[in-house]
Amino acid sequence: MTRIENKFAELKDKGEKALIAYIMAGDPDIQETERLILELEKAGADLIEIGIPFSDPLADGPTIQKSATRALEHNVSLSDVIDLAKKVRKVSNIPLIFMSYYNPIFKYGEELFVRDAVKAGVDGVIVPDLPPEEAEVLIKHSREKGLDTIFLLAPTSGEDRIKKVCKSSTGFIYYVSLTGVTGAKEGVSKDIKGMIKKIKSHTELPVAVGFGISRPEQAKEVSSWADGVIVGSAIIKVLEENIGKKGVNKKVHDFVKSLKNGMS
Amino acid sequence: MQGNIPDGKGHFGIYGGRYVPETLMPALIELTEAYQEVRKDKDFRREFEYYLKEFVGRPTSLYFAERLTKKLGGAKIYLKREDLCHTGAHKINNVVGQVLLARKLGKKRIIAETGAGQHGVATATGAAMFGLECEIYMGAEDVARQSLNVFRMKLLGAKVNRVDIGTKTLKDAISEALRDWTTNVRTTHYIMGTVFGPHPYPVMVRDFQSVIGKEARKQILKKEGKLPDLLIACVGGGSNAMGLFHSFLKDENIKMTGVEAGGEGIKSGKHAARFAGGSLGVLQGTKSYLLQDENGQVLNTHSVSAGLDYASVGPEHAFLRDQGRIDYTYATDDEALKAFEFLSMEEGIIPALESSHAVAHALKVAPKMKKDQVIIVNLSGRGDKDVMHVAKIKGVEL
Repeated sequence: MTRIENKFAELKDKGEKALIAYIMAGDPDIQETERLILELEKAGADLIEIGIPFSDPLADGPTIQKSATRALEHNVSLSDVIDLAKKVRKVSNIPLIFMSYYNPIFKYGEELFVRDAVKAGVDGVIVPDLPPEEAEVLIKHSREKGLDTIFLLAPTSGEDRIKKVCKSSTGFIYYVSLTGVTGAKEGVSKDIKGMIKKIKSHTELPVAVGFGISRPEQAKEVSSWADGVIVGSAIIKVLEENIGKKGVNKKVHDFVKSLKNGMS
Repeated sequence: MQGNIPDGKGHFGIYGGRYVPETLMPALIELTEAYQEVRKDKDFRREFEYYLKEFVGRPTSLYFAERLTKKLGGAKIYLKREDLCHTGAHKINNVVGQVLLARKLGKKRIIAETGAGQHGVATATGAAMFGLECEIYMGAEDVARQSLNVFRMKLLGAKVNRVDIGTKTLKDAISEALRDWTTNVRTTHYIMGTVFGPHPYPVMVRDFQSVIGKEARKQILKKEGKLPDLLIACVGGGSNAMGLFHSFLKDENIKMTGVEAGGEGIKSGKHAARFAGGSLGVLQGTKSYLLQDENGQVLNTHSVSAGLDYASVGPEHAFLRDQGRIDYTYATDDEALKAFEFLSMEEGIIPALESSHAVAHALKVAPKMKKDQVIIVNLSGRGDKDVMHVAKIKGVEL
């Protein structure tokens, strides 16, 4: 069993849902990201999604775009983030998932990326601009080395897409809760429940829901239907508002804790 | 075209494909299927041709640039006058096709990106003609250098969204348009303006623009009794070039040259010459040549012409370059500006700064060719939109 499968199984036994926390590597800097990941774990995050900054993040709203820009101001690269994962892995067993646009991985070399990421203790990868149709090479190397490939489904996905994505995914399925880009939204779509049910008729994998979830009550509602909830922009917002201030990690900690508390 | 190119998923060899968020995949599949249907549909073709003739003003003339030819003393130069199209550039050809398709798909809202503003104006025009809601995304830097086109779009009833992120040029306008499309995909059709982005755009835009080459072929046969020796077109995303070249690809003796934006020169790093300075990468839905750093981050580009100021290039161009079918070169800002003035003075035609890059290359090669040889230069757009910008560069107060 991979670390991700283990975590979902363990939470299921406890009757809990997974809180997956996203932060951007290198925002505000790479040392701080390392401390933040450990802080997120302490605050109750069950899995960590580490964003790889990219110059043209077309699936992201303003908050994550700005976060990537801050990270790129000091040239944070994919290999820097792999090194970061290595350091985290020495002191923590929390599942680590890379979320990267395709080009940095393609440029690094897919085979090399999978090998280095797995060696560093990375457990899964999400590539928002890589549908399964274009992911053959990444899937092949990931299966060989034991890296989970987490693909996305959206409200627009029909039966065919659901089948294809379920077949290509390992670890869990990432369900995008809204037609749109990342970032805080009011309320929660009621369609999520039905879509999760539909997805689950095609797979045994856990389904985690992300995009637009920013408040404890939203996390609570969504976690009543899904196996996990993914929160990114809202955490980065707290970070952004407190960069350079004393107690920034505590602020992030308190926010993540409130999300996790809301879910149980 | 040879074999199965592109394949059903839009791959031109190792290039092309669909690299987009899942939310857009169903829309792209639907669009591909709808496009496959209409390309065989006689009624659709008839409607498309009707609007090209009656609304756009096609066919555009193939004009013998006699004074220019004499002055250069070499090959005969013909200009394919896309600058005479309604709205002032070839962009409208594709827009008419895609607006008709959007109507068929039942989409009531149109969005588009624009660099120089030509595609934005064309899209706003097409949307106005059919009473569709229209929003255009344009980089803040381009809004500043093409203020006239911004106003034209507004006159046509479009909402112009200024994009203040990243490099504030065409690339960021495309990202914002894709984000809008991801959000509103159920009601909205995205009219991409060039042979770029995810499948089916590179094929569809090429086909809608191929009218340029089909006309040019007939016209040159009528005027010269033979096919041309060389075709020249500027290449940003590459739609005017593909539009001209496509009908001549099988004629192996015809040389074709795509001219990229050399900006301040390749060594300066301030350019948009993807083939001269780029490598294989994935941006905004497709795999092609890309100006990027060693970590796969997309580099800033520069060109005097907003329409060529882009970090990547249409995947079919990359494929045909590999095949050795099309040559690519670049013209610098200075060369383009000289060509801009030269054509204005010698022929009474003010070309768009984009098209001036193609003219600049003709100025270089025509004198070295024989007098009985024939060049067709695609004059993709007119330069009215650029006069303020050129005046500013020349330090002229208006």
